[in-house]
Order: sequence, then C-alpha cells, then structure tokens
Amino acid sequence: MIVETDGMTDTLERARVSGQSRGEVIREICRHLVPFQTGERPITGDTVIAKDLTIDSLAIMDMVMELEDHFDISIPMNVVAEIHTVDQLADTIQKLCARR
Amino acid sequence: MGLFDRHAGLLEAYRDVRTTGYDPFQIRMERVLSPTEAIINGRKMLLVGTNNYFGLTFDPSCMEAAIEAIRAEGTGTTGSRIANGSYSEHVALEQEIAEFYGKKHCMVFTTGYQANLGLISTLAGEGDQLLIDADSHASIYDACKMTQAEVVRFKHNDPSSLEARLRRLGDRPGNRVVVLEGIYSMLGDSAPLREFIDVCKKYGAYVIVDEAHSLGALGDNGRGLCESAGVLDDCHFIVGTFSKTLGAIGGYCVSNDPDFDILRVTVRSYMFTASLPPSIVASVRQALKVVKARPELRTQLWSNVATLYEGLAAKGFKLGPEHGPVVGVHLPDRMTAIGFWRAMLDAGIYVNVAVPPATPNGVSLLRCSVCAVHTKEQLEHMIEVMTGIGRQLGVLDDRTLRVVGGAR
Ligand SMILES: Cc1ncc(COP(=O)(O)O)c(C=O)c1O
Repeated sequence: MIVETDGMTDTLERARVSGQSRGEVIREICRHLVPFQTGERPITGDTVIAKDLTIDSLAIMDMVMELEDHFDISIPMNVVAEIHTVDQLADTIQKLCARR
Repeated sequence: MGLFDRHAGLLEAYRDVRTTGYDPFQIRMERVLSPTEAIINGRKMLLVGTNNYFGLTFDPSCMEAAIEAIRAEGTGTTGSRIANGSYSEHVALEQEIAEFYGKKHCMVFTTGYQANLGLISTLAGEGDQLLIDADSHASIYDACKMTQAEVVRFKHNDPSSLEARLRRLGDRPGNRVVVLEGIYSMLGDSAPLREFIDVCKKYGAYVIVDEAHSLGALGDNGRGLCESAGVLDDCHFIVGTFSKTLGAIGGYCVSNDPDFDILRVTVRSYMFTASLPPSIVASVRQALKVVKARPELRTQLWSNVATLYEGLAAKGFKLGPEHGPVVGVHLPDRMTAIGFWRAMLDAGIYVNVAVPPATPNGVSLLRCSVCAVHTKEQLEHMIEVMTGIGRQLGVLDDRTLRVVGGAR
C-alpha cells in the first residue's frame, strides 16, 4: 500500500515538473526579469528582453542559467542568441521540458 | 544607420570612463623602467597591473637570449609555419614545454588568445557539446562562436553546476568538452580542479585547462593548477601563454593525444598567421629555464600576494575570495571604480580598472596584479595610498576604520 502511494506521488511529481504550464513558465521568467524592468511598462509575452529592459547580454545569459536549473534543462548559447521575446523564451523552455 | 550605432551603449560607458580626464584603455607608458616602474604622464609610477608575475621582462638572461637570436636569425619569420616552415627554435621550444609538463606533444601559437580560439573551436565540432565556466576569458567565448558545437555555460567554479549539465545530456551522442581556467583573471580565484575532474571522469568528458595566470605561480615546479591539484594526467589539453609569467608573447597547448599533430593542419589560428619571431622564442626558452631554476620567485610572489591581500583586507576592502597573483578589489559601482583608479594614478600607482561588461556579475573592480619583484615597501605604500583614497571616496566604512584604529 505504502509502496503504491509512493509510486503515485512520484509519477505526479514528474508530470508536474516536465509538463510545465505556460503560466508557470512565464511567471518564473518574469520573476527573473522584474529587477530589469524600466518605468511602468509591464513585462508581457511581447517584451523584447534585450531592448525593452535594462539587461545586458551577460545578465541575460546568467538569467538563462538560473532558469535552466529551475526547469532542469539546458538551453545552448546558440539557441539563446535566437530568442528575443519573453514568449520565445517560454516556448523554448516548454519545448525542452517536454523533450526531457 | 551609422556603422557604430549598434555600439551606442558601449560608447556611453566609454565616455563615462573618459570623464576622469585619463582614458584607462589608452594609457601611454612613456618609458618602462623595470617590471615595477614606468613613466606615465611625465612621472614615475609604481606598476601593479601588468601580469608580469615573475618580473622576467627585464631578466638579463632573457634579454640577452632575445638579442642574440635577432643577430643570428633576424627580426621576424614573415609567415606561418605551414607555409614558411619552422625555425629550429620553434621546434626546440615545443619540445621543452612538452618536457616541462611531462606531456608528449606541444604546439606553439602566436598568442594565447589564438591558442584558445583555434584549439577549442577545432576540438569541439558539430554534434559535440562544449561546456564552459560562466566567467571564462574572452578567447574561450570567442572560440564558442566559431564552432557548430552546442555551448552551455555552468556556474563559475561550481562542479555541481557542471555535473547537472552533463547529466542532462544523458546518452545523446557527441563528445563532451569542458573548458576551465587555472586562475581566473579578474578575481584571482582558482578552480576546484580535482572536483571538476571527478565530474568529468564520471561523464567521460574531455578537459581543457587554461593556465594563463597560473603558469609559474602554482605547483611545485610551476606547471600550474593541474600540478598543484595533482591532475596533470587527467587534463587532456593544457593551454597557456608566454605573455604573463614568461614576460614575452605567445601561446601554447600540450597534450598526450596520439593524433595531436593533426592540429597543425586543422587549427586555423595556427595555420594562417605568422609564427613567433626568433627573439621571442629565444627569450621564452630562457624564461622557462629561469622558472625551473629559481623556485624562489614563486615563493616571493606568494609572499607579496599575502602582503597586499592581507593588508587591504585588514583595512576593510572587499577582495576576491582567495589569495592569488591577481588581487581584485570590489568597488560599489562603475564611477567609483573609475574615480578610484584615477586617484591612484594621481598618487603614482598604476593598476587596472575593470567594469561591466568585461567583468563577471556586473561587478566593478580595481584589478591589481602582483609581481615577485615588488618590494614590501612598494606594496605597503600602495595599501596606505588605497586606504586614504578609500576613506575619501567613502568606500571604507567608518566602523571598519574604528576597529582597525582601535586594534593599533
Ligand atoms: C585566461 C586567459 N586566457 C588567455 C589569455 C590570452 O593570452 P595572450 O595574451 O597570450 O593572448 C589571457 C590573457 O589575456 C587570459 O587571461
């Protein structure tokens, strides 16, 4: 009985981590971007990370490293280079999470 | 759009730096007097920002060797080694460096930058995975731009961060190539190399270690961190430079790989640039002899490091995490760092100023590099000057000063 319950929790846990909901992913990205927000403009899916925020390329790479560890995925630097908006970053994270 | 419009942000930062009246990126040494002194702006300055760790730029035996080589073989090679051929001196130098490390092969480059650029981009290609420390030198980052390999950064000096990234690769095909540095050039901290090597072994990854700042400084024989950590045999490639401890210019890599010589016809930064001139090769060969014959230079270097590091720490400065030939002094922001640097120049001391984006985590630093031939008096004078400026600029908080004052 106990074994069964344990197995159950395990499966649920895995489903929770690998099938990241869009909202969860966006929330996590925003948590890292808020310190770089400029003025009153809210961060949305369309926010162009390098342009609309006061964040330099090194800080973007450092943020990506934090997200990698949070979602237990790796996002290669050449992939990061192609990402411009928050939505694109979320797409990449969801795709890599699903593949895991 | 103007040709430099995309660099507007950098231009602005550069303007900030120049507001002090001096441009730290265009300092003119009117005359260099010794490894530790030069004339700048018409006055004698103490140099504490040269990477000249053993002070060999003025070693009489190295200078003589270079002069003799010029007389014997002229001023330059006027071409690359694959096109114009190697001079005997190039081959002898490669043998001597290989022997120094106890490795089978060595290849010499015209700079250390080119060694990293060419070697890393050649060893990791399409389908491979390149894993680099977040605080890697520009030459390593630039190599990453030249390869089709997937590049992933791991947290600085954090073997568990590397392990997570190797684990995530699972059973995907491709070589894993990990790049590390012996001593990091901004804060003088060294890699936990043994732990890194254990992780690399567990996942079957190849390891390249750049010993640019640790050659001479670390290890019983001065071979660097690989020697002091006892992992010389576990490092597949060691890279280094002649431009710091050896007091000249040039780069190298050593390895035991049986197919090493393939590199001579695949590494573009070796094939398509002129080889080192005879004078440089001769002075480097001599400098390597000096490193072997005079271990006391290493002892002096570390004793000087202790004087500067402990002296500054006692005054309340925030420094890099450990003793190292580079002592990085943290300052609160870019303008304070630039103002501090300028004030030191006015007081007759030259150090490096390092500000974002050239620094890790956006920190602003005064980067001091210690020399074995600095005198204790020179360094104590520097600590005094820095303490004065630190007080004036409000960098040292009063509480620290009272504690230090009370302890006297
Ligand atoms: C870690 C590191 N690697 C490589 C280099 C490049 O060396 P070189 O001056 O020989 O091009 C440097 C020096 O700037 C360095 O700090």
